[in-house]
Amino acid sequence: MSTILDAKIPDGSLVEKWTKFRSNVPLVNPANKRNLEIIVVGTGLAGASAAASLAELGYTVKAFCFQDSPRRAHSIAAQGGINAAKNYQNDGDSTYRLFYDTIKGGDYRAREANVHRLAEVSANIIDQCVAQGVPFARDYGGLLKNRSFGGTQVKRTFYAAGQTGQQLLLGAYSSLQRQIGLGNVKMYTRHEMLDVVMVDGKARGIIARDLISGKLERHFGHAVLLCTGGYGNVFYLSTNAMGSNVTAAWKAHRKGALFGNPCFTQIHPTCIPVSGDHQSKLTLMSESLRNDGRIWVPKQKGDTRPANDIPEEERDYYLERRYPAFGNLVPRDIASRAAKERCDAGYGVGASKMAVYLDFRSNLINKYGRAEASKLGIDNPDEETLIRLGRAVVKEEYGNLFDMYKQITGEDPYETPMRIYPAVHYTMGGLWVDYNLMTTVKGLYALGEANFSDHGANRLGASALMQGLADGYFVLPYTIGAYLAAEIKTKAISTDAPEFVEAEKAVQERITQFLSIKGKKSVDNFHKRLGKIMWEQCGMSRSAEGLKGAIADIQALRKEFYSDVFVPGDADEFNPELEKAGRVADFIELGELMCVDALQREESCGGHFREEFQTPDGEALRDDEKYAYVSAWEFKDTSQWELHKEELVYENIKIAQRSYK
Amino acid sequence: MEGNMNLTLKVWRQKNAKSEGRFETFDVKGISEDMSFLEMFDVLNERLISETKEPIAFDHDCREGICGMCSMYINGHPHGPKQTTTCQLHMRSFKSGDTITVEPWRAAAFPVIKDLAVNRSSFDRIIASGGFVSVNTGNARDANSLPIPKENADLAFMAAACIGCGACVAACKNASAMLFTSAKVSQLSLLPQGQAERQMRAEKMVAQMDAEGFGACTNTGACEAECPKGISIENIARMNREYLSASVSSNKEY
Repeated sequence: MSTILDAKIPDGSLVEKWTKFRSNVPLVNPANKRNLEIIVVGTGLAGASAAASLAELGYTVKAFCFQDSPRRAHSIAAQGGINAAKNYQNDGDSTYRLFYDTIKGGDYRAREANVHRLAEVSANIIDQCVAQGVPFARDYGGLLKNRSFGGTQVKRTFYAAGQTGQQLLLGAYSSLQRQIGLGNVKMYTRHEMLDVVMVDGKARGIIARDLISGKLERHFGHAVLLCTGGYGNVFYLSTNAMGSNVTAAWKAHRKGALFGNPCFTQIHPTCIPVSGDHQSKLTLMSESLRNDGRIWVPKQKGDTRPANDIPEEERDYYLERRYPAFGNLVPRDIASRAAKERCDAGYGVGASKMAVYLDFRSNLINKYGRAEASKLGIDNPDEETLIRLGRAVVKEEYGNLFDMYKQITGEDPYETPMRIYPAVHYTMGGLWVDYNLMTTVKGLYALGEANFSDHGANRLGASALMQGLADGYFVLPYTIGAYLAAEIKTKAISTDAPEFVEAEKAVQERITQFLSIKGKKSVDNFHKRLGKIMWEQCGMSRSAEGLKGAIADIQALRKEFYSDVFVPGDADEFNPELEKAGRVADFIELGELMCVDALQREESCGGHFREEFQTPDGEALRDDEKYAYVSAWEFKDTSQWELHKEELVYENIKIAQRSYK
Repeated sequence: MEGNMNLTLKVWRQKNAKSEGRFETFDVKGISEDMSFLEMFDVLNERLISETKEPIAFDHDCREGICGMCSMYINGHPHGPKQTTTCQLHMRSFKSGDTITVEPWRAAAFPVIKDLAVNRSSFDRIIASGGFVSVNTGNARDANSLPIPKENADLAFMAAACIGCGACVAACKNASAMLFTSAKVSQLSLLPQGQAERQMRAEKMVAQMDAEGFGACTNTGACEAECPKGISIENIARMNREYLSASVSSNKEY
């Protein structure tokens, strides 16, 4: 029977909730902390920051990552920046505004209390990162610079050129390495978590595979933290790293953790378009580029002239036309749908006609070129001078992105506009967690992109880094006390306990199963076909009919996988194909759940766009009467889930039709 | 078949750290110029799998030049002919008919795991020995209370851009890790946050680097020339100054 979920939101007014919670949450004394062991799976922003902070507090921490070093988690690839309500720009920003923008950006499908807490701790994150030596962009006065991101009208984004994620992760990684050096964290690299071990209804450990030797290991923990990122790779082509996967979260789901809003996927508007069937991944061009790049298509259908030959009056700056108040900085879901709409209508550019232009020329010349010329006292500068001066500024702001674009496409974006198209980037859905970030399994937590909690149906740019670090540095280290304070008498459980033995046996059997199918098709073959179904039926636009077809197709694909996949090599060696087989098998199950969720939610909101539910001018049409809740799915059996709901109550924000016009 | 490039690949195969390795030759056909070098390997591996042979193991993850996981030594250069990561090397840098030799990073401190994948955990241990500012979560003051001259901030950022791939080690005839280590020492010594531990950091990181079995630096500059992120050899000079001043003034045991 479906139940109403209790998110354990503290009482009191919104602005007091977190402060009061922190003052009242049970504490664990330092002597007891040493005896409490915490397992952290994943070492991206959320995992590295949590592992380091918990070790600093005195807990005994074990951290796991599948990469060869914690520094390589995919947070490293985040480009544009991190939001914080510092109001350093004196442009009217505040904790409330960051909170409000995030709720609105998420199309009113996020939990107020979590989002407000996120906005509250955002400023501390910047302080912490600077203290670690993260080299954010600075002005000549030595103070921090900011830029704008989509869905906001202030400048609150801190950045380090186009590699902010790298710098933040290296900061968290350095704190983690420090704790490893001090002996407070035991790090397991090239290890993949393959199951959660449950003892008496609580998460008490994991089964991990040493990816080099292939050996399965049992690890005990009083609590287990999953900081394992999102599941965008269910689409095969995405901006995620090749290894990003849902396996840890999926194993938790199969052990009882509810999965929240699985269909809420973020399709990022500005990515380098697909160039052929060989393509293994898609590359993002940061949203920050929309500060200075203008998006357009030709006004004439099927125009084949080179971009620079199309005169100004024959260009359709469709975002500026449709959304004058936010222009090129509308949120991602809106920008993506608008690009798709233009391309589907026949106005797309490039060989595939599935791309739009992102053009820097006018800002490079008019904004930066003229400003630099004026600084240098050059009157009436010619265009060549303006281009030269503007180019230097653009290079400093986005140089690495422009280089990357050139390497991939062979075209120079300083000269011709970038061609871009939306691509899967982030998943707002994830394991359902309460205010303490605990899943519905006791002792099992989910942090960062792996949980569902803060971004509703659409995440605003530069908020993923903020959430990952908020969860790891400032939220979980407090909230975990509520659980661990009652665990101080629990002695470490032997990994020879039957629950560990059973769990390891099940993992072993599954590996043996993959290796013994000995079919004819590669793992990638299945992954690509799954991705195609998902992109076409559960991507930027969804319909009841399409989703029903997709569910049937995915079920058939799953059967075929278990009868015809070929996994070469052995279990007791470094075997990347075997790793992929396990991940793709989980993606296939997840894909089905995403379609089930998308079918059940008969409204459009944020990144979830159901063709049947739109306004006359093509905007997402929410149904707050019927769907103002979080969908949290309980795994029952293969292809069988039960829906539970968490009602979303808006006490502080007036829920309204989202408008960026 | 997506393109019309045909290539001969000579690839290092090695079952594990303990076994002997050897080159194996493969013909690959129908490669497109738009493919990345790793996507060309995907095509080859897909074929090997369809022939029920074992695919070539190699490290890779983000495929956008930032995670530092990919690590192929191509025709005598780490990451190949361009100053970029292997994943950002595209087949348009080669000609149809080329023979391409692909090896793993070669260094005593980077033992081979399998085929082209190596173990670089020695880099993590160098960072763990001192590549950080000791500031616990919650101890920070307001970020703007610490103005940093833009010039220093920019230099620190350029050093911090290191992706830890190990190309510098692979490029060096001595397999020295000086460029990697000095980039972190430089970043933190250029910033006010890094001052308190400045001397200890240089000494400990250099000691760890030596303990891992990396070779000495003989200033050939090969590391800088091959670094996909353009990390400057000036960082090595800066670290040498840091190290010298630390060893002259320090009499502590850490």
